[in-house]
Amino acid sequence: MAIKRKKILAIASGGGHWVQLLRLRPAFDGCDVVYATVRSAYQLDVPGCEFRLIPDGNQWNKLALIWSAVGVLFLIMIERPDVVVSTGAAPGYFGVLFGKWFKARVVWLDSIANAEELSLSGKLAGKVADLWLTQWEPLARASGPEWIGNVL
Amino acid sequence: MIFVTTGTALPFDRMIKIVDAWAQERGRNDVFAQIGIGGWKPQYLQFADLLHPSEFAERVRTATVVISHAGIGTILSALHYEKPILVIPKLASLGEHRNEHQTATARRMMEMGNVNVAFDDDQLRQRLDRLDELQSIGRIGPFASESLLGGLRSFIHDV
Repeated sequence: MAIKRKKILAIASGGGHWVQLLRLRPAFDGCDVVYATVRSAYQLDVPGCEFRLIPDGNQWNKLALIWSAVGVLFLIMIERPDVVVSTGAAPGYFGVLFGKWFKARVVWLDSIANAEELSLSGKLAGKVADLWLTQWEPLARASGPEWIGNVL
Repeated sequence: MIFVTTGTALPFDRMIKIVDAWAQERGRNDVFAQIGIGGWKPQYLQFADLLHPSEFAERVRTATVVISHAGIGTILSALHYEKPILVIPKLASLGEHRNEHQTATARRMMEMGNVNVAFDDDQLRQRLDRLDELQSIGRIGPFASESLLGGLRSFIHDV
């Protein structure tokens, strides 16, 4: 009997977070991947792939933050991924948090932009992530996050 | 062309103003700037508020040099296309960002040999006059390090 293909939700906000997520694509080979991000033009980066638009949010705009959380919650409930992978920021955190609620195994890769301190969303993600990663070796701790490489 | 970019929809007026004044003073007509939505409008430079991602990539690909805030998206694009890049960290002390992580990251990436950095306005002006000396100081492949990809694969397939 064939093994069921894993379904991955790869989720990030825009700019550098999205660019870093794209650099992880070879790790998703052999899986069904749904990409979720905040700008429709990014669909051009993943031609032929499943693509979902989610509302952006950040800690400075509470209304947008709540709207983003609601959007990501619905996304998780509809897609029911086996694995959630995120490179940040706030929408990605919602992805790993809600993914966990719905029994997915979740990965947080903190942005390479955080060389001296984990991002706020990265610290929060550490409480739920099954695989919690920093891209800077000096930030790794025995209790997590782990360092196994970077997106370069 | 020299491609100057705020990297995101957010403006970075301090950088744009310095580059605009420099280009005017030196009579440089080979500079294009992406200034962010609501950004200060250059008096001399050609500019756009926000570029479509495909046009952004094309601007980087055809640039001789990229000048940018110390944002990861732009840095990765420049490295991908083997372009020399000069980054100017946005400063929280000037209200340009929420903390000083751009300075920290720029310094670390400079030490790793990936970027050139102008930490303040004077350094930026000096660097602009010596742009030709900037080398493409790193090239990266299209994907993350094999150790990271391998770790992710192992996790995803639970082995």
